[in-house]
Amino acid sequence: MLKWCLVTGLMCWAGVAAAQVDVAVTYLRLDDRKPPTLSDIDPDPADLGIAGAQLGLADNATTGQFLNHTYGLTEVVAATQADLLAASAGASGLVVVQAPAATVLAIADALPGALVFNAAAADDSLRGTDCRVNLLHTAPSYAMRADALAQFLVTKRWTDVALVTGPAPADLGFADALRGSAEKFGLRLRGDAPWGFTGDIRRTTGDEVPSFTQKLGDFDMLLVADEIHDFGRYLNYNTWEPRPVGGSEGLTPVAWSPVVEQWGAQQLQSRFRDAAGRGMRPVDYSAWAALRAIGEAVTRTGSNDPKILRSYLLGPEFTLAGFKGRALSFRAWNGQLRQPIPLVDARAVVATAPLEGFLHPVTELDTLGGDRPESTCTAFGE
Amino acid sequence: MRTLALLALIATPAAADEIWVTNERDDTISVIDADTLQVTRTINVGERPRGITFAHDYSVVYVCASASNAVQVIDPETGEILHDLPSGEDPEQFVLHPDGKHLYIANEDDAITTVVDVESRTVVAQISVGIEPEGMAVSPDGKTVITTSETTNMAHWIDTQTQTIYANTLVDSRPRDANFVKDGKELWVSAEIGGTVTVFNTADQTELSKIRFEIPGVLPELIQPVGFVLTEDEKTAFVALGPANHVAVINADTYEVERYILTGRRVWHMAFNADETKLFTTNGVSSDVTVIDVADEAAETTIAVGRFPWGAALRVTD
Repeated sequence: MLKWCLVTGLMCWAGVAAAQVDVAVTYLRLDDRKPPTLSDIDPDPADLGIAGAQLGLADNATTGQFLNHTYGLTEVVAATQADLLAASAGASGLVVVQAPAATVLAIADALPGALVFNAAAADDSLRGTDCRVNLLHTAPSYAMRADALAQFLVTKRWTDVALVTGPAPADLGFADALRGSAEKFGLRLRGDAPWGFTGDIRRTTGDEVPSFTQKLGDFDMLLVADEIHDFGRYLNYNTWEPRPVGGSEGLTPVAWSPVVEQWGAQQLQSRFRDAAGRGMRPVDYSAWAALRAIGEAVTRTGSNDPKILRSYLLGPEFTLAGFKGRALSFRAWNGQLRQPIPLVDARAVVATAPLEGFLHPVTELDTLGGDRPESTCTAFGE
Repeated sequence: MRTLALLALIATPAAADEIWVTNERDDTISVIDADTLQVTRTINVGERPRGITFAHDYSVVYVCASASNAVQVIDPETGEILHDLPSGEDPEQFVLHPDGKHLYIANEDDAITTVVDVESRTVVAQISVGIEPEGMAVSPDGKTVITTSETTNMAHWIDTQTQTIYANTLVDSRPRDANFVKDGKELWVSAEIGGTVTVFNTADQTELSKIRFEIPGVLPELIQPVGFVLTEDEKTAFVALGPANHVAVINADTYEVERYILTGRRVWHMAFNADETKLFTTNGVSSDVTVIDVADEAAETTIAVGRFPWGAALRVTD
């Protein structure tokens, strides 16, 4: 027990009644080179993700002190997938991964006895044909985020949209999801164009963007798929017609944002801000949720066995209070954490999906992202 | 003449009982005349007022001014803030011990329960509890105080002699409110995200029953039990169900839900009038108070108050 207290720097002490359970979590992060973006004004914080995991660990440890459960978190960072895979050989049975989809898959396959939580990769393939029986996802998928935005547009009756897509793999993945959501919710995609400007758009946005968006036709909202935040920020206010921007910029569907404050979220936000000295971002939230899901399962089962924890997490008893107004739980057919998706701008929550009126026979949360009947995931034996 | 009459009204102590409601986002208290159902006064208090409770003799009222990090002591006659009590950080809810002297305060941001002596105005003890302590209850004999912690999902049983925890019991997700029932033989704890009220046997802290809720046409995940009160005879419990916009009426002997009463939006806490003919609920989203006719088990009227009404407490005036 002591070693984890040292590793985490947390003060912990054991109770007397229950049997001691030590829970070790390994946090694997691929620190690969980010593609260059036009603006460097808001780089990712160095502790993105792990800061959320550390808060989740502290939350777990506080509960654990009353139950004689201890928690430890070891962070492993590597610059290449090969190095991260090599380092993962020493991982514990509970692993949180912050890496692109290919690396997440490689790690899940390399650690068949471990329960792996994907805290960052949004690719829908990981929840579908590439799903793995030992892989759960606390990060929402592209489809969940796109569906959230589509529900908002339907509610507003802004049913005509145009889409601009950047060249990064993440941009393409999110754009695919936006197209799928448009079809699912009956939005008309009036224009669909790649972003092709190579000059410094910061100087020419007033010249280029109006005519570019004029060619996309008549639309109520301009959707932008720019997940690496390269060009999208320069579209707002420069469209030919006065139209709002949504997607990766403007009105953004996210797992979390510092502007979320309802449902007790203020408490989580202030705990995070006190610990990390900055606002809590989506990946921080998904990493926090992974640690809290582990903690909740350990608390309820009194076990640190990944198999027992997996079974509890996917079962009907598991609920996680995630400060988003509804209980979070895992989809039993693909391991995705079902969760509300706030639609935010920089200053406020505009709406929270699922929006009123989008009905579902089981839970309205399953109106977001791939539902059970259409699932292409077979690994879960559903 | 009219001015004189008005002055006379102000100077005369209110004859009717009052319901005091804390408005979390207005930093005020709305005072409702329990007979006329009108807001008669709006009192400015500290930042983010939430928990509210009167001294046993109604000589003062205590208010958790969460963002001011203080419990404020207010003269209910004049509305004047007499002084602040040291409360620890971010006090949310509290309970006054039967001795009238010790206030047990949940410090939401600090994972601490603070015990304050209201006479000497000093902190007597601070007890480490789970993350986001919230609900507070004291047993009728004063020997046990309960703190529930929302993120740790526990009820912590505190021995008031030693000011230490002697038991911790797991409850469902996001426990909110706690009350001792039936002379302290039972402890009831609501769980907002779990959607349940758990009944514990106080003697050995074992679970006696779990009350679940089901409202036709309302999705289970929106049924979120928060504040609850029991009638004086402890035969009936009223449980606020948050975003389900209903209050459940429970037979406290059989633990059966007998009825659901429609209220304003995001119903939160409640207080009875003195003869328990009316129940006043705070509705956080619609910023109003629903008055329930207890005999009819139906809403009677709605009273507009400040923004985000949170706590409610009865002031008996005679």
